[in-house]
Amino acid sequence: MNKISVIIKREYVTRVRKKSFIIMTILAPLLMAGLFVLLPILMMNQEGDFKRIAVVEDNSDLFKGVIKATKDAEFVYLENTKVEDLKKTFEKDGYYGILYISPELVSTPNAVYLISTKQPPIGLLQHIENSLKKEIERQKLLTYKIENLDEIIKNIETNVTVQTKKLDESGVEKGTSTGIAMALAYINAFVMYMLVFIFGAQVMRGVIEEKTSRVVEVIISSVKPIQLMMGKIIGIALVGLTQFLIWIFLTMAAVTVLKTTVLPKTGPTEITQSIPQNMMAGDQQAAVTAQTKSVSPELAEFSKMFDNAMNQPWGLIIICFIFYFITGYLLYASVFAAIGSAVDNDTETQQFMMPVMIPIILGLMVAMGTMQNPESSLSFWCSMIPLTSPIVMMARIPFGVPYWQIAVSMAIMLITFGGFVWMAAKVYRTGILMYGKKTSWKEMWKWLRYSG
Amino acid sequence: MALFEAKNVTKQYGNQLALDNVSISVPEQCIYGLLGPNGAGKTTLIRIINQITGPDSGELFLNGKKLMPDDVQVIGYLPEERGLYKKMKIGEQALYFAQLKGLSKVEAMKRLKYWFKKLDIIDWWDKKVEELSKGMQQKVQFVITVLHEPKLLIFDEPFTGFDPLNTNIVKNEILFLRERGATIIFSTHNMESVEELCDNITLIDKAKTILEGSVDEIRSKWAANEYDLVFDGDVRIEGNGHYNILNQQKDNNKSIIRLKTTSDIPTNDIIQTVMKSGNLISFNPALPSMNEIFIRVIENRNKN
Repeated sequence: MNKISVIIKREYVTRVRKKSFIIMTILAPLLMAGLFVLLPILMMNQEGDFKRIAVVEDNSDLFKGVIKATKDAEFVYLENTKVEDLKKTFEKDGYYGILYISPELVSTPNAVYLISTKQPPIGLLQHIENSLKKEIERQKLLTYKIENLDEIIKNIETNVTVQTKKLDESGVEKGTSTGIAMALAYINAFVMYMLVFIFGAQVMRGVIEEKTSRVVEVIISSVKPIQLMMGKIIGIALVGLTQFLIWIFLTMAAVTVLKTTVLPKTGPTEITQSIPQNMMAGDQQAAVTAQTKSVSPELAEFSKMFDNAMNQPWGLIIICFIFYFITGYLLYASVFAAIGSAVDNDTETQQFMMPVMIPIILGLMVAMGTMQNPESSLSFWCSMIPLTSPIVMMARIPFGVPYWQIAVSMAIMLITFGGFVWMAAKVYRTGILMYGKKTSWKEMWKWLRYSG
Repeated sequence: MALFEAKNVTKQYGNQLALDNVSISVPEQCIYGLLGPNGAGKTTLIRIINQITGPDSGELFLNGKKLMPDDVQVIGYLPEERGLYKKMKIGEQALYFAQLKGLSKVEAMKRLKYWFKKLDIIDWWDKKVEELSKGMQQKVQFVITVLHEPKLLIFDEPFTGFDPLNTNIVKNEILFLRERGATIIFSTHNMESVEELCDNITLIDKAKTILEGSVDEIRSKWAANEYDLVFDGDVRIEGNGHYNILNQQKDNNKSIIRLKTTSDIPTNDIIQTVMKSGNLISFNPALPSMNEIFIRVIENRNKN
């Protein structure tokens, strides 16, 4: 049997059989699923923190009752109260804060203050600002003496939602969703980051283990150092892939189970319930149109989202993900292997980890920025530079990237990855046989130039 | 014929010369000692033989042919810095190493059973390495080294960590392997085992060969014309123009005398002369131990 496959097999089997692997493989998706289901519940049930806010004006009642109560805040208009007095007592009286509106507000837009002992949440401020803004606009309009003003205002109130369509090369329009692109970009970038980092670090720990237990010299009298290094890297990549696939499968299963048991009244069940009701309402023809037109706004929204999601270039995403995972992981794992070979124990890795962490974290940060502005030149360059391109390019692809850019990025990646593996192998070869010496970057540079 | 030869091997690490024009020639079925103080370059030479590193210049031959990468199959190496995977069962581990040496799983299994039984460690097959004593681990490593029946065996300090009993077992196994046709290169600081086991040696110091040849020849050469005489009872003898008496002592009703010849008088003549003084029981050339030679050679070198 080929020696490298013997090594890959050992690396794979010993890891997959470990208790920690089995526990993590089973627990992680449960935690993830729990998060997916619990997070929306938590977000919905945020009322616990109900706020009463005292509204005070100076010698006028222009804004009385203007700010309506919301789900988690009510506004109590206090007449004939001085701000200065209220400041001393408002907490005792059960108020979260005082909204003080000075009479100049109409002419000076920032003459309004929310006084509180805490930092108020952004949602509350936006609600206050919107309410006051509308009222001031209304009052300004009033000065023009327009008849039926209130009716007109109600009439002109409009909510605009921009629908996005993307033209592809052949000129076909496709419905798209920035939300889906963002979510996809986020998942792509984050999963890539996790895979590269977690399993790259495992390679490093494996190398250190072999070095400190002094197994390594026995092995490299039978196989070449590069075979040992690549065997380990490939073996761990397969472990990662195995775990990743099980995670996806289990997460999906767990989400489905939890959704049907814990949240029976929301989501897809409601949609399926609404269809039969419409069916009974009229004849077949009507039912069909009802289904497509106005079954329920949620269903329409859902099916549109689904269409938009299907319009994503899934084939491209999957191919690119696999390509960037393999090359990105190999690139970083070989650097991690070189670092592992150069040190005597885990604690010594710190000084070498920093320079490796920086590009990974930079990549992740740029990827987050990419969601706001996918066309920025920072995103472009970071999706070309091989140390960040696996993460950043995966974040860009859902927003659409010209093929030539992907091709260039991949070509750069291939060349650099080859170079990195070659250099790492040279450092590794010398490093694994060095004991008891504190290694520096300078030392590693010297090893690069040793012959044979 | 030499099974293994290294010719004019030189290796440099950065500014440090690890081997300077070193040559060795290891005859077939010989136990060849590689001696030298710490940091002399022994391990570097051994690593070069194992093709773990390559020489900067010089050539290596196995069976008269240039050493090739595939030749690792016929070399067995027990490094000084040796270890096993701590969390792996020893049977599984031995199987893994055997497969890395190119044995099939079935064949490796058969041979492992044989060796584990022979060295009395078969009961430990399913134990993890961290549960074993150091001596036990060493036995496993020994088995791993010899399992693929290599023609050339290289042991770097094989006896460290063994108690006297196990040292003896391993010594006998080494001799047995030689009997069956293996050639052995053996690096050690333990000079007693050199006298006991080695046929030939090379002494390396500061990257250079400073002494080489068969153990017997070297000891005779360093013997410096000294002889040990043993007499029954209390006997004293005087020196003459042909020899001096270096030392006389009594032990258990015997007299032990060391003399050193000062001319090239035949030993028969000495015996005839000293026989007159009492009942001569033994007459032996006083060979210096390898330990003495080692220390003297290195010290001489450091003085110059």
